[in-house]
This record gives sequence, structure tokens and C-alpha cells, in this order.
Amino acid sequence: MIKKVLIANRSEIAVRIIRAAREEGISSVAVYSDVDKDALHVRMADESYNIGLPPAKESYLNADKIIETALKANCQAIHPGYGFLAENADFAKKVEDAGLIFVGPSHASVLAMGDKIQARNLMTKAGVPVVPGILAKIDSFSHAKKEAEQLGYPILVKAAGGGGGKGIRLVSNSNELEAALEAAAREATSAFSDPRVYLEKYLEKPRHIEVQVLADSFGNTVHLFERECSIQRRHQKVIEESPSFIVDDDLRAKMGNAAVRAAKAVNYRSAGTIEFLVDQNKNFFFLEMNTRIQVEHPLTELITGLDLVRLQFRIANGAKIPFTQDQIHRHGHAIECRIYAEDPENNFLPSPGKLHLVRMPQGPGIRVDSGIETGLEISIYYDPILSKIIAWGENRETARQRMLIALRETVVLGVQTPVSFLLDVLNDPNFISGHTHTGFLEEHGFINKPPTDKEVPLEVLVAAALYRPERAVAAEGKTLSSTPWTEIGPWKIGG
Amino acid sequence: MRRIQTKIQPSSPEFRENVDYHKGLARELQEKLQKFAQGGPKHAREKHTARGKLLVRDRLAHLFDPNTPFLELCPLAALSMYEDSAPAAGMVTGIGVVNGREVMIVANDATVKGGTYFPMTIKKHLRAQEVAMENNLPCIYLVDSGGIFLPHQSETFPDREHFGRIFYNQARMSAMGIPQISVVMGSCTAGGAYVPAMSDESVIVKNQGTIFIGGPPLVKAATGEIVTEEELGGADVHCRISGVADHYAENDAHAISIARDIVEALAPQNRTDIGRMTPEDPFYDPEELYGIVPKDDRKPFDVREIIARIVDGSRFQEFKALYGLTVVCGFARIMGYPVGIIGNNGVLFSESSLKAAHFVTLCSMRKIPLIFLQNITGFIVGKQYEHGGIARDGAKLVHAVSNADVPKFTIVIGGSYGAGNYGMCGRAFGPRFMWMWPNSKICVMGGKQAAGVLSTVKVEQLKKQGQEITPEMLEQIQAPILARYEEEANCYYSTGRIWDDGIIDLKNTRNILGLGIPVTLNSQIPNYKLGIMRM
Repeated sequence: MIKKVLIANRSEIAVRIIRAAREEGISSVAVYSDVDKDALHVRMADESYNIGLPPAKESYLNADKIIETALKANCQAIHPGYGFLAENADFAKKVEDAGLIFVGPSHASVLAMGDKIQARNLMTKAGVPVVPGILAKIDSFSHAKKEAEQLGYPILVKAAGGGGGKGIRLVSNSNELEAALEAAAREATSAFSDPRVYLEKYLEKPRHIEVQVLADSFGNTVHLFERECSIQRRHQKVIEESPSFIVDDDLRAKMGNAAVRAAKAVNYRSAGTIEFLVDQNKNFFFLEMNTRIQVEHPLTELITGLDLVRLQFRIANGAKIPFTQDQIHRHGHAIECRIYAEDPENNFLPSPGKLHLVRMPQGPGIRVDSGIETGLEISIYYDPILSKIIAWGENRETARQRMLIALRETVVLGVQTPVSFLLDVLNDPNFISGHTHTGFLEEHGFINKPPTDKEVPLEVLVAAALYRPERAVAAEGKTLSSTPWTEIGPWKIGG
Repeated sequence: MRRIQTKIQPSSPEFRENVDYHKGLARELQEKLQKFAQGGPKHAREKHTARGKLLVRDRLAHLFDPNTPFLELCPLAALSMYEDSAPAAGMVTGIGVVNGREVMIVANDATVKGGTYFPMTIKKHLRAQEVAMENNLPCIYLVDSGGIFLPHQSETFPDREHFGRIFYNQARMSAMGIPQISVVMGSCTAGGAYVPAMSDESVIVKNQGTIFIGGPPLVKAATGEIVTEEELGGADVHCRISGVADHYAENDAHAISIARDIVEALAPQNRTDIGRMTPEDPFYDPEELYGIVPKDDRKPFDVREIIARIVDGSRFQEFKALYGLTVVCGFARIMGYPVGIIGNNGVLFSESSLKAAHFVTLCSMRKIPLIFLQNITGFIVGKQYEHGGIARDGAKLVHAVSNADVPKFTIVIGGSYGAGNYGMCGRAFGPRFMWMWPNSKICVMGGKQAAGVLSTVKVEQLKKQGQEITPEMLEQIQAPILARYEEEANCYYSTGRIWDDGIIDLKNTRNILGLGIPVTLNSQIPNYKLGIMRM
């Protein structure tokens, strides 16, 4: 039984996991780097330990240090969250070898899905459709060129060991191929220490739709419907929603069954996500599997009423999934917006700084998973996610309206955030009508928008944020002897 | 005072649709106003200016202080009447600023049928005098009229509120100390001669203005004497011989500058002080008014959203917010002036009538001007309500409103139906000014209800005669009633007949009230006196 868990992560997901652990009656142990000593997750956890210097390699990616800390703190388990070591099979193996429970899949599953080429082969065998592509790794340029021509341009060059959009290049003709291969391999090496790349057919205006799966150690595997994450910039998700606008019950069943087959093919355990691309004819293709909890998991929680992180803990404790596929129901619609410290008017560059004021939205149907608060310092070392706002409504439009109100209520001063960018996207007629695809932001001119010159002074922003209209008092109590007749100017009814 | 919290969604499709609809109505209004502002036909205008005379609106531009507003009254009078041959009823009336003082002007437009008086011209002239009398405004008459339009003499000459009333009013106002000034810039024939003759002071333009009881054709017919107009009653005659006029002007511009000098020499006016504060623009954009009022006039909307876009800082001190919810009452400021506002959020029940009556009493005792935002289908009907005494409670409101002598302003922002019109200070209840929005309707009842009532009566009659009623017959009875009510309920039908002071663009509402309130403060606010209320 897990009595105490170490959370090998930071920011909002660490906070989320601490809360779930607390609900399960499990004590939580936070770890932190030097710059995170005042972070919210550190103060929320029951115990906390410094694990090193600010660069992730020296702290949150230091597997040995983390395992050592877990053992020292008498933990029975480690929850990796997302990012950092979450999909590192070596880490999962080390955790298992240390006699600890890895709150997630077995290291073998992580390994199987972590290699993109192997994953594609496995999926094909399991009858899950994959995007037409070259399964063999690309060894030489001439070989690659021949393969690419066979596939037909445009094609994508992808890192075999990758994920999260890193190491992906779009190639529209053979002239661009060599440079793209080199760049992708370089990026893949630095990101995943694995220079292998492969080629894949590029689909026109596909939607990114993923299926949440849940599996226990007894071979019970269910799916928890889909999430659409088509609104992306540079392959980073920006706005996600569930259900998808185009998925009907028939497609939902087909994709759900495929996702369950995919999970079973790697003997999956815990919560995971099968990502698909869906083309304009509603054909779906396996993209990859995320063998961890997803950033956008709250969408599924809001429409199903289930708590995925608590279920992860229960499954890790050896419990069976307490329901069957046909006992899972969905209700309503949920939309998630990610609030990053980044500047949409400056190519989404990270925008570190001190948070002078944070006010997160509230209200019916609004869930905020946040890792920040007023006074916190946003450093340059990590993924600049600040918080996630998730709006639920009976239908898509209600959820959208709630999200609009929530975003307008959101105050984050001190760093740039994409709040007004998100409002623009949510108000775009094409988004409102559900015409989304992964190139949506580029197509509708949301990327590389010329920056507005207006620099609003910080004092003005602070004043605006602190200003509460209802608190204002009546106008100056000065009595006037003049009249509007001498003030209005040359006005007339037919003017 | 607390700010009203808006609940509107300017991004919703419905809001945008409403904006399109109301902007369309505003454009239609603008076109009509511009057309009427031109006055008579082109040839008449050319003839007028060829004689060295200024067009009526140019005369006003010279008369008023530069860069000041002009609050025109009844600019669409006689719309769709007299085969549209009398735009604006051949007259411009309204309030402007002369030497820093608000004055009422009544100016004939000689390019419209020689400036003669149609029935609506008389009504418009009398309405202007009524406003002047109630609000202590000096009157300046720019006279250029051939007298009564003879084909309509039976509707213009004999009755109490016909031509003679103009002179009666002049005499009464003069006695009240309200200056009466005439500038004779064209003919003043027959009855028209009494306008300058009854004035405190008058100006006449040489070779252009004439005043006589009978013109040369009548003189010739009666006595055989042959005289020119100038010899009979020109400027030289009246300034040097008869003494009918006081000031001799070389031309229009000179006459107008004399009129300005006359106003400058008047005794100063004392304005009632109700405590004007520094004004504040509404917090919410008045342009949003276009999106708030639904295109479908059967759909309800919260009148607070309207108030929020009219009053200073969008601040509103609501009275009895939890009681009688179909009427909204409260205090606010408009351009710095304190006001009490009553707006409809549905049909009037006993509770809402009592609440509004209470509020009218409050404002009357405290001498705070009242603004009625009318959007009312009437009082509630039905056995339960009659037994509850709705007629008695409605009467209390009508009592309170009738006897409220504070300045009252009525703006019809939606429907004005039945006794609701009375309770909410319709024309008969003496609002100092009454304006209508371009979407508004005014009628004794809705067309459907009227058709229902009238056809029920008819069907009963036919049944007594033993006739069977088919649905086709019913349709035949109802269709013309519906069509007629539709036409007559239209705000343009109302404004053409001067049942109101004009149709206004929604976004002008604040300006109109901001100008109207100080105008009314030129007169004293009497103490409140109330009749017997049926308890």
C-alpha cells in the first residue's frame, strides 16, 4: 500500500497530484531545485526536499537523486507527472528496481511506445491504423530521398525517440529534405539523446484527436472518450476540448476500440493517451502514445466525473478498475486554455519574471489547475506553464462563453501571457463553427501577428487589476452653475 | 452610488443582429430628418434665396451662439400627411442659445407653401409655445408666412387650439413676463399680422417684411384702393408711421443681429438650483444601446441596461429593488443633474404600480426631475387582479404622476400601450418633453388584441343573426384591423401627428435629457400637492 508518494515534478501538475494523493489519504513529498524553494507545490506538500541546481538535468531530471530522496523519505511510490522523467523507461526501471512503485505503466510499456518506429510496427500488428510512413530508420540521405519520393511530398521528418513536437520538420519538396533531416537529427540528439529520424506522410489539415485510456494490472482496459487538441502552435497544444466537434458516436466507438487495442498491445497499465490524426474524411491514424498523465486530462475528468490521478494511485496500489466500459458516461462539453508565461506578440518567446499580481477566474463550471500565486518568480529553466483554465458547460457554446468570461477575469501581472491571444482565437468564427485543424493558427493569421506598439506601463496594469468597479464612489461633490447648453457644443437632433 | 453591472454579451450573434437592426432604424430616421430639413422644393428654395433672403435654417444658424446645441422639436411633423407637401409642417421650432440664454424659436419656412399654416403647423406652433410657457423661455418668432392654408381652414381657424390660440398664448406669456419677440422677414398677413403686433418687441426687414390685416388684393376688392405691399405695410410704414414694429433692419442678417441684441438686454433669468455635480460619462458605451433592445419587440430586456448607458458613471441607486419587479425605480445623475428614473421591466401589477407611485411621490417631495423610460403593454388583467384592486392601484400611480409638478421627461423605448401609457406619463400627463425611439410603438392595444376584441364582438353579432362563422370570414374581419393597427402604432405615425416631440437616435438620449433638464429649471418647481387616492 502506498502511504507516501514522492512527486517528481513541479508547478501545476505537482499541485494537482498532491491534491489527489491527499484525497486518497497518501502523504506527499515534493522535490525542488534551488529556484523553486518558494514554489506552490513545495509549500503544499507534506514534506519537501531540495534535489539540486536550477538546470533540470541537475535536479528534476536527476533520476538517481530523486530515487534516493524517495527512499530516504520512506516513500513507497513515485509519481512522475508529465514531462521531465515521465516517459523515461530507464527511470521507470530504476524505480521498480529500487523496490518502489512507479505510478504509471511498466517500464516495458514506456520503452515499447517510446520508440516511435517500434510503436508503429506494434500498432500495425494490433490492427490500429497508422499514418503512411517509412518504418525503417533513415540511414543515408540517398536512401531517405528515395523513400520520401515513394511516399509523396509533403512529408514530415520526425525524431524516432521524440514527442512533444520536438525534432519535427515539414518538408514540401526534395530540395528541403537534406537540411530537414540534419536539423531534425540534431534536435532529436539534444532533446532525446537519440539521433534516429523517420519519414511520415503529411496529412492536409488534419485534426489532432486523442483518446484517454485507463488500464489496470489485470488486463482490464477502458477508454474515456476523446479530446481534440487541434489548436496548436509549433506542435504545442494551446486550446483543447472534449468532445471533439466532428466525432460522432460511431467514430467515437471506433477510435475508442482502436485505442484500447493499442494499449493492450503494450500490456499498458495506468492512465495513458493514444494520439490520432483525423483527416477530412474522418479516417484516423495512430500518431503516438503518451504513457503518462496528460496536461489536458482535466477535460476528461469534467465530462466523465472521474478523477484520473486518483485512479492512477488506486491502480498503482493493485486495485481493479471499479467500472466497466459501458458504465462510463459523458456529460456536457469542456474547453481548456493553457496559460503560459510567454509573449504571443513576440513569437511566443518565454517571458520570465516576478508575478506581481495573480488573480485566477472562478465561477460555475470553471476549474483552474494552477501552480502560481502572487509574488512567485517564473524562471527561465522550465516549461513556462503557469496554469490551466478549464471551462465546462452543457454544450460547446456555453463552455466557450464561460471560458471567455474566465479569461477576462484572469489577471497575471509581471509576465506576458497569451490571454488576449486566446480570447481572439476563441472568438474566431472558424473556431466557433468548429472548423479546426492542426494548422488553424497559421491559416487564420494568429501566428506572427505584428506586435502592437502600445506598451502599457506596469502601474496602469496594477491599477486596472486592483480596480473594482463596484467599490467606486460617486463623482466629486462639486456643484456647478454652468449647464450642458454651454458644454455640449454644436449638437443637433438631425446631426 | 453603485455602478450597474452589465450582463450583456456584445459578441453574441443576437446582440450583433440587434445592432444591425437598430442602426438600420437610425439610418432611416437620419434620412427622413435630412429630407425634411431641406424644407420646400428646390425651385421654391432658389426663388427664396434669389430674393436675398436666408433659408430658415441659415437664419437660425445666424441667430444662435456659435458652437451651441439646438434642441429641435417635432422635426418630422406632418410626415406622410397632406400628400407630403408640407415637410416639417413648414416650420422649424426648438430651443437654442442666444447670448448665453436658452430661447424658444418658432420660424416659418416660406419655401413650404409660402409658410402657410396647415393644421399640423398650428399644432407645432402651439406645442412650441406650450414648452416656452412651461419652462419660462423667451420666444423669438421668425415670421415669414402667408397665414392660414385656406383649403384646410375648417381645421385651422375656429377651435380652441387653432390659430387664435397663438395670440392668446402670446398675451398670456407676455403677462407672465416671458419675452415675446418677432422678427418679420416676410409677409405677416391677416391673422399673421398679430404675431408681431402682439409681441413685446418686433423687428422688420425693409423691402421684405410686410404686416397688414388685409393685403393689396383684399384692399382693392373691398375699397378699390390700389397700393403696393411696401406702401401698405412695409418696414418704413411700421417703423416710421404706424408704430407696429420697433426695429428697422436692412436685411435678414441685420434683423437677426438686432434680435440677438434684444435678448442681450433682457432681465437675467434665475434658474432653479437642484444641485448639479460634475458630470461623468456613462461607464458603459451608449452605442451598446443598439444591441440591447431586441429586434423582436415581444422579447423582454432589462431596462437597467438602458439606464446604465444614459446616466453618469452608469451609477444607479435603486429603490425597492426586491419589490414589484416589473418596474425599476431609482436615483441617478444625468450630466450632473439629479434625476429619478422609472423604467418598465414588464406589465404593471398592483405591487409595481404602488412602488412607482411611491417613487413618484419621493421625487415630487424632493423636487427631483423624473424620467420615464416607457416600454409597457399595460396593467395586468384577469379576475384575480381585478379582485385585488389593480384598477385602484393603477389609479394611485396615475394620480401621483398627474400631480407631480417636477419636470417630467418621457422616452418611449419600446411599446406604449393602453393605460400603461397613462401610468408611465404619456403625452396627456404633461411630461415637459416626450421623445420616442425609432423602434417604438404607441397604440391603445396591440393589433392582435384589438383584432381579437373587435372580431369577438362581430362574431357575437353574426351568431345572433344565426350566421355561421368560418375561419376565412374571421380572417377577413381581422386582417384589415391588424393592418390598420400596425400602421397607426408606428412611431412615425405618432411623430407626424405631434403626439410626441420627436423620434431620436438611441445614442442621443443622454444629450436630449442633459439639455432638457436645465431648460425645465428655468421655471420654479412648485410644492407637491396630491389629490385623493383611493386606498
